[in-house]
Amino acid sequence: MEDKGIRFRIIKDRMFFLFIVFFSLLCAAPLFLIFYYLVKNGLSSISLDFLLNLPKPVGEEGGGLANAIAGTLLLIVLASVISIPVGVTAGIYLSENKKSRTASYVRMFAEILQGVPSIVIGIFVYLWVVVPLGGFSAVSGAIALAVMMLPVIVRSTEETLNLLPYSLKEASMALGVPYYRTIIKVILPTGFSGILTGVLLSIARISGETAPLLFTAFGNPFWSLDITRPISCLPLEIYQYAMSPFPEWHKMAWGASFVLIVIVLLLNIFSKLGAKKWKVQY
Amino acid sequence: MESTVLNIKDLSVYYGDNKALNNISLSIESRMVTAIMGPSGCGKTTLLRCINRMHEINGNVRTTGHIYLYDSDLNQMNPIIVRRKIGMVFQKPNPFPTMTIYDNVMAGYRLNGIRLKKSDRDMIVEDSLKKAALWNEVKDSLLRKGTFLSGGQQQRLCIARALAMKPEILLLDEPTSALDPKATSRIEELIVELKQYVTIMLVTHNIAQASRVSDYTVFLYLGDLVEYGQTERLFTVPEDKRTEEYLTGKFG
Amino acid sequence: MIREKIFRLVLKFSGLIITVILMAVFATLLYKSLPSIRHSGLAFLYTGIWDPVADEYGALPFLIGTLVTSFLALFISLPFSLSISIFLGEYYKNGFFSNALKTIIELLAGIPSVIYGFWGLFVLVPIIQQFQLKLGIIPYGVGMFTSAIILSIMIIPYSASISKEVINMVPADLKEAAYSLGATRYEVIRKISLPYAKSGIFAGILLSLGRALGETMAVTMVIGNRNSIPKSLFDPANTMASIIANEFAEASTNLYHSTLIQIGLVLFVVTALISFAGKKIIKKMKRDIG
Repeated sequence: MEDKGIRFRIIKDRMFFLFIVFFSLLCAAPLFLIFYYLVKNGLSSISLDFLLNLPKPVGEEGGGLANAIAGTLLLIVLASVISIPVGVTAGIYLSENKKSRTASYVRMFAEILQGVPSIVIGIFVYLWVVVPLGGFSAVSGAIALAVMMLPVIVRSTEETLNLLPYSLKEASMALGVPYYRTIIKVILPTGFSGILTGVLLSIARISGETAPLLFTAFGNPFWSLDITRPISCLPLEIYQYAMSPFPEWHKMAWGASFVLIVIVLLLNIFSKLGAKKWKVQY
Repeated sequence: MESTVLNIKDLSVYYGDNKALNNISLSIESRMVTAIMGPSGCGKTTLLRCINRMHEINGNVRTTGHIYLYDSDLNQMNPIIVRRKIGMVFQKPNPFPTMTIYDNVMAGYRLNGIRLKKSDRDMIVEDSLKKAALWNEVKDSLLRKGTFLSGGQQQRLCIARALAMKPEILLLDEPTSALDPKATSRIEELIVELKQYVTIMLVTHNIAQASRVSDYTVFLYLGDLVEYGQTERLFTVPEDKRTEEYLTGKFG
Repeated sequence: MIREKIFRLVLKFSGLIITVILMAVFATLLYKSLPSIRHSGLAFLYTGIWDPVADEYGALPFLIGTLVTSFLALFISLPFSLSISIFLGEYYKNGFFSNALKTIIELLAGIPSVIYGFWGLFVLVPIIQQFQLKLGIIPYGVGMFTSAIILSIMIIPYSASISKEVINMVPADLKEAAYSLGATRYEVIRKISLPYAKSGIFAGILLSLGRALGETMAVTMVIGNRNSIPKSLFDPANTMASIIANEFAEASTNLYHSTLIQIGLVLFVVTALISFAGKKIIKKMKRDIG
């Protein structure tokens, strides 16, 4: 009797393990499928034309998405310029004021902000920027993206700085270095790698965002780097082309998706490599 | 010719409602090593940190009484200035991980934006590292980051960093408790050599170390100054019963 | 000293910016929803006709669309995310398999929503259509069911990572006590680790629900865009997020805009509450353990 009980339990144990492994590895399936189709359908769309030309009307050959690629890059740069200073500073604020009640509220607000649906952020920026400016623009899209980058940068900066040993600050202050210089010239450089990782990850997150740009950046079939005019970008083009009835445009959407996924992957890889390269031993 | 470099008068320190130091008065002799010893919680680190005003950094601390550096009241001065005149070395070696050895020694100047000619800088670096008995070991790797150094070497780097500022007083907060015995004895030798250049105050929980290294010893217990005097005398014929009990290991 | 003060002020100010942004989002949404609130009041939530031309704004179809797709996605994702969290939190805490699975999850989390939608539209939808044909129902392909599938893939990384962290935090000595009494791995996980990590796992599920509720692009692309109340799981529908995505740019009247904004307000409040509750639970759990 004893024997049967133990054997049954051992079988249950093994089956459970198999169940866990099976379901875990099954998640690789959609990943594989997505990448497979992206490469299969997207790679064939990539050509020099695709990367360098502007979109052509339906039916014409040789259209490209140069404007969308440029737009994505411009939006990333603009959004970063807005969000990085604010986000890093707020991260320093939270890390340096761990006991403050106000700081704990700010921390909570940043966490809530991170959970706000991106389309709602889009509405917000539409009401505050697009309406007053009288039209869609790259700058409004960048602001929406910056709002989405903020909580990520704040959180990763705070976490990075929290890991630094207190003795670092002490050593600097004991040399007669004022507090603000201690933070700027000792703490920040030591935490640079972690902060950079957070920034790159937040960029990777927003480079594929579409919803907040639907009524801010809006999209633009022409080449434009004017930040006060609507601008195109890869995610918007993918959306527009995918939902269209034209097979040529579907093909473009695959190509654009491929380029976008490559950008996101590269950003992720850079952030991992950068973290290792600039990692400071303390 | 002995002279007093630091004069502590009726110093009391409160953390919130908790009295950490009770009416301490003592004078520190120039170019001597003064050890501060006592069981855990006696206030020795608090006392040390009052001198370079590091105790203020964590807020909620109140002091009464005065500390005079020569004739200047330290509490009336800008804490930044105080810390440039009084150097500190901590229990756990803490060289700046993003800086080279050279830059670490010069950190006090660099971080404060004090610009010096290259020749002056080189001289300060060599001089400080020599005084800290580290020069020969690192003179060919000045441009490397300090993290490859052993614990004892890192601590000597921190001493060099403090010495580079040419302080009046060097405060050492249990500088060898994180080091192995060999590194510890090197630092102890160094301390005895350094006193010709700078006044040293040393907090230690190691009674034997205090006796080996110091000229004067201060014994604190529960925030009170129990006894203070020349090391040789205090260790052989202590005046206070508590001192005697501490030295014979009855507590602490 | 002045520089010190300025520096500390700048730090405080950055915190203020975050606060202001969040408050402003809420306040703006509320203010701009007022016309709609005045017009329809609460009926907005349980009326089923969405006909902006006739000034009829019943958001019930979208409420149903959102709830059905989100909860179904949650349900589908559960065994997967729990398995992953147990895999990473119990069986393979480090090493090759751990890193491999972690990379897979990170990649899944990093794929932009619009690519999920696009892939869903062109790869998953035809498959679902075949499936529907076999079942003898109209082969829309798009619809709530398809959306739920895509959504479930998207939210797996969220609950998996939170649950894994929590399971990792279960104190080793508790588990060791159970092992020393002769329990199998499965029994320790089921009777010790999971109950202990219960609230954290729940928080992870809650937060992934929040993610699902707000997800826009992927859902918009495969849900079929129909504004009437869906009758079956396979019907095309719309969610609160997708109706905004579809109609906001072309909303012609003030009331129309206001109603869409009100839908956005509902989304904001619900996701904010979920974020707040989820993080609070995790904090409490970390405090109780540590």
